Amino acid sequence: MNSLEATAETKTFKEVLSFIRSELKPKGKIFTPFTVISAPIILLGAFLVLYRLVRGLGAVTNLSQDFPWGIWIGFDVMVGVAFAGGAYVLTFVVYVLGSQKYHSIIRATVLNGLLAYIFYAGAIFLDLGRWWNIANPLFGNKFGANSVLFLIAWHFLLYMMAEFVEFSPAIAEWLGLRKVRRFLGSLTIGAVIVGIALSTLHQSGLGALFMMAKGKIHPLWYTEFIPVLFFVSSIFAGLSMVIFEGTISHRVFGDQIDHQDHASYHGIVVGLSRGCAVAMFVYFFAQLLIFIHGWHWALLNTPMGYWYLAEMLGLVAVPCFLFLQGARYGNLLIIRTAAILTLVGIIVNRLNISIIAFKWWIPLSERYFPSWMEVVITLAIILTEVWVFRWIVNRMPVFRKPPAWAEENH
Amino acid sequence: MGIDRRTFLKGLGVGVASLAPGSALLPARLEAGEVTVTKEFMGVLVDTTRCVGCRSCEVACAEANKLPSPDLGDTSALEKIRPTSIKQWTVVNRYKTEKGEVFAKKQCMHCNQPGCVSACLVKAMEKRKEGPVTWDTNCMGCRFCMISCPFDIPKFEYDSAVPKIQKCSMCWERLKKGERPACVEACPTETLTFGPRRELLEEANRRIYGESGKYVSHIYGENEVGGTGYLYLAGVPFEQLGFRTDLGKKAYPEFSKGFLYSVPIVLLLWPALLAGIHALTKREGEVKNKEGGEKR
Repeated sequence: MNSLEATAETKTFKEVLSFIRSELKPKGKIFTPFTVISAPIILLGAFLVLYRLVRGLGAVTNLSQDFPWGIWIGFDVMVGVAFAGGAYVLTFVVYVLGSQKYHSIIRATVLNGLLAYIFYAGAIFLDLGRWWNIANPLFGNKFGANSVLFLIAWHFLLYMMAEFVEFSPAIAEWLGLRKVRRFLGSLTIGAVIVGIALSTLHQSGLGALFMMAKGKIHPLWYTEFIPVLFFVSSIFAGLSMVIFEGTISHRVFGDQIDHQDHASYHGIVVGLSRGCAVAMFVYFFAQLLIFIHGWHWALLNTPMGYWYLAEMLGLVAVPCFLFLQGARYGNLLIIRTAAILTLVGIIVNRLNISIIAFKWWIPLSERYFPSWMEVVITLAIILTEVWVFRWIVNRMPVFRKPPAWAEENH
Repeated sequence: MGIDRRTFLKGLGVGVASLAPGSALLPARLEAGEVTVTKEFMGVLVDTTRCVGCRSCEVACAEANKLPSPDLGDTSALEKIRPTSIKQWTVVNRYKTEKGEVFAKKQCMHCNQPGCVSACLVKAMEKRKEGPVTWDTNCMGCRFCMISCPFDIPKFEYDSAVPKIQKCSMCWERLKKGERPACVEACPTETLTFGPRRELLEEANRRIYGESGKYVSHIYGENEVGGTGYLYLAGVPFEQLGFRTDLGKKAYPEFSKGFLYSVPIVLLLWPALLAGIHALTKREGEVKNKEGGEKR
């Protein structure tokens, strides 16, 4: 990796360009188990995307008139965005509350958030039947400003820009642009504040999309508080993802993390675990209140009721307790188990609301089940994101310490 | 949203008051706009006690909207309950009820405040001030309207690379020319009546009161989901005719209103609050630094 610490205060445009060109070349071994497995899936996914654009949604998806939204919305968007919630929670803690404890993981988290929005929110593009009209909510003279989806479309776009601004100092450091770095660094707190406000609204907004599906979502899951539940759950979903991603990153990119950050990592995970436990307790309690007020006792003793209990107890209450125990004893294994259970819980919850408990009266044989092509495209999206993440991490100071010249002002 | 658009229909009321075939929306009558302004959308009253299941409306609908014509010779079509589809904007179904076989025509209900319209982020779905809910090609194909429709009416062309949303438009094109919807025109038994919604409600009530025992005392669509343009009369409880009676009286856009109201509040309060907290914690850090405490 080229160290640019010795470069002058200002660089010419030409120098920057030639540097970027040299960085575009692959670094390290090309044929690793990860690339060998992921490359064919990504290629197949890309082909299927083309096929979908030429032949229409019906050619690759199992969507139907009864189930207009499948896993591209229910998983890619709903779950992907919830998992990306770590960025707004941690930027709040680090930049707004001024806690420096989590500073060493903030860049990886923001980068993850940014890429998640680009790829998973970008998955909406594939799901749009008339994708060439994708810019209509942004330009033109017919704005459906009363639509929750209108709000989400704008928020996704603005939030991506906010996260890009939050991450941009790392790009400037990579390119060795000192003045630019200083300017971008001064934008961070503004982007963070705007980003948190936007996140609050679109995390809950994703839940608000289902408000008008009243009568189509099983009463154990449909509540007017879905937006609030989506927001609160995005807090621990995001933090669990930070724990999960950190576990992998510390193995894969461990050589980039300096000794001091390695040492403080344990304390960070324990802190995140405590945060998860608190947020999950609030969430569980809210769910309990909603259930009691809904007066749905009789529904518990039905197959959907058992499924509801499995979600609320097995995938909310249990991991909440595990987080608490893990934090108390400083046991990373328990914390990681809890994080994985939590992530599964979020997947189950979002799929329940968008697909599984959606029109629950329709018999299994006529229900939506994703086609293999939908799954492959989703996998391809995830793997491409990992590729891009890896590419950036291997070049820019994400896990690595920023160059010395940038140290004093971040 | 719907309610605002009721400031509409300059004078169509007078023109439509007479329900003589073909004269419903004659432009000449529009001149009277300044004199009489009705406060209601146009709608259709469906009296299921009169329907004989001839499916003439299906054929007329297909013809008027350039859809494939259904085969009336194929009587097996009535064997099972059919939903509307991308090729059939209206269907007649046969239901076994406590009073024997009853036929009921189904299509878009043209809600007063439609969920699909408030779902649409590009206003491709539109509630026309005359009453119909129509679809336009600036649609993105997100299918949020399908999620938000309490009656599951919008249908999407999954098998097309240039897909459309297909649904009944109350023959919006014909209405603009002063004609009645094709299905109404075609009905041989006067099951269907086209007119201003308010007058249709009066007519429906008149029939319920006039012939005691013939009708259940319920006009489906009068209050359902805040009121719909299509109104139904029946001799049997509506559940037996495949209608959802658990939808409530609240207009569907109301369900996401609470969230939408919170948007400006959050956008105003959050930044102020966060900036305030930041100012406080930042100040703390500065003091610490001055006192020689640890940096950052």
